[in-house]
Amino acid sequence: MKQNKGLFAFVILVYSFLFIPIIIIAATSFGSESYVAFPPRGFSLKWYHNVFTTESFIRTFKISMEVSVLATLIALALGIPGAYALTRFDFKGKTLLKNFFFSPKIVPGVVTGFVMFQFIVINLKLPIYYSLLLGLSIFEIPYAIRVIGSSLEMVDYTMEEAAMSLGASRLQTFFRVVFPNITSGIIASFMLSFISAFNNVPVTLFLSGPGISTLPITMMNYVEYNYDPTISALSVLLMLMTIGIMFVVEKTLGINNL
Amino acid sequence: MKKKWAYLLMAPGLIVIVAFLIIPILSSILPTFHDGDSLTFSSYTDFFKDSYYNQIFMRTLRISIITVVICAILGVPTAYFVSKSNKKIRGILIACTIFPLLTNSVIRSFAWITILGRNGVLNNALLTLNLIAEPKRLLYTEGAIIVGSVYLFLPLMIVSLVGVMENIEGELFEAAESLGASKIKAFFKVILPLSVPGLIVGCVLVFTGAASAYTTPQLLGGNRKMVLSTLIYQQTMTLGDWYGASVVATIMIVTSILVMGTINRLAAKLNERGV
Repeated sequence: MKQNKGLFAFVILVYSFLFIPIIIIAATSFGSESYVAFPPRGFSLKWYHNVFTTESFIRTFKISMEVSVLATLIALALGIPGAYALTRFDFKGKTLLKNFFFSPKIVPGVVTGFVMFQFIVINLKLPIYYSLLLGLSIFEIPYAIRVIGSSLEMVDYTMEEAAMSLGASRLQTFFRVVFPNITSGIIASFMLSFISAFNNVPVTLFLSGPGISTLPITMMNYVEYNYDPTISALSVLLMLMTIGIMFVVEKTLGINNL
Repeated sequence: MKKKWAYLLMAPGLIVIVAFLIIPILSSILPTFHDGDSLTFSSYTDFFKDSYYNQIFMRTLRISIITVVICAILGVPTAYFVSKSNKKIRGILIACTIFPLLTNSVIRSFAWITILGRNGVLNNALLTLNLIAEPKRLLYTEGAIIVGSVYLFLPLMIVSLVGVMENIEGELFEAAESLGASKIKAFFKVILPLSVPGLIVGCVLVFTGAASAYTTPQLLGGNRKMVLSTLIYQQTMTLGDWYGASVVATIMIVTSILVMGTINRLAAKLNERGV
């Protein structure tokens, strides 16, 4: 098909809008000025050095990694059986229960954070760390259900029927037949849930406290009081992590199949 | 037998969601409807009568609606281009669309601080070109929140649209053209109506996203231009007014459900008419 020149120019402008801010951040991270300057005047790696020597960044990065991985594993453990039930069985109240599973995405993040803070941290007096873990796990369940659900739908049900008619139990069938066929979906779902938990601000904002905070919250506090390229350098490092994750998703499920 | 399995498999997830999300929501918002023993809505009428709160509510709606409209205007042609590109280019463009989506919202808002700040990229450029005499205040305005929100949610709109547009047969467009329609006319009469389902999903995602985003309004609007999500945080953490925060929480949930319900019902109606 012949491409319209006007449309082509429009699309270039839209992608420039999406990428120029990212390019500006990357450029300022190498600047030598003590404030965020664009175009940067000199070249320096001191902001990268700064990232690795700022104790709060390193400490909260570790916390972020830990809670995001654990929350994603919990969400998958709860989500995989749920997705299996929703795609393989017909039962009463299916739509209603499906909506329940998706409710963490319908409720605004700050509301989830606020009510969990009030109920779990204040009323139930659960330690902040476990509240944060619980909040992120719940937040990731819809993700797990959706991605796993769509890869389950791609698995031919007749294979399962064949296994069961040959005498395999439902559990055996799941682990021997279904599971090997959805591993790429599970890996992709893990990666996407992980990055979404890692990036989350609204829920973690309320569920952080003395000594327990995540990297995005620390970055936000830093930005409100400082204006130097340390955040630019940290952003570049995090974007490299995102690219790595996208690469894994592309190799497993394929970005186009999301 | 089969059904028992289904409920058993879903039980753990559902129990966690009910115990740690649904019950906390109810325990926070039910008290706002009680006055002693009787049912009351006075906290809500008070909220909307208060000009300060009313202004924040209207600002949140305004920002979300404008964001949706701009995302649709920029997203529709872009998604169309992406969906009609050859496989290799489409893959690259989709990766370029998803990358910002997976990038932290703090980073994406920080980029706009760099651009819109008093000594930012835009002010410097305008000063150098002698278009303005002194730096303009671009940050901490509603405009800044809107630009930041469009930046945040445009990829979501493009992705929702591409999924639907990919399935539209290219022959339909060519048929319209060969019957004498101009490219633009063929687009509006053939492609756009068939893309409505994707557009609706995109609009719901962008609206609910923009109406509940915290990072962008906090970093680009600050305390000058509060929205519901920054208000709820301020009421809880700064003012300790948990009752007030619960009122805002209810309003946010109801708005989100109302908007989703309305748009979905609209979608169902359009489907009935066979558009």
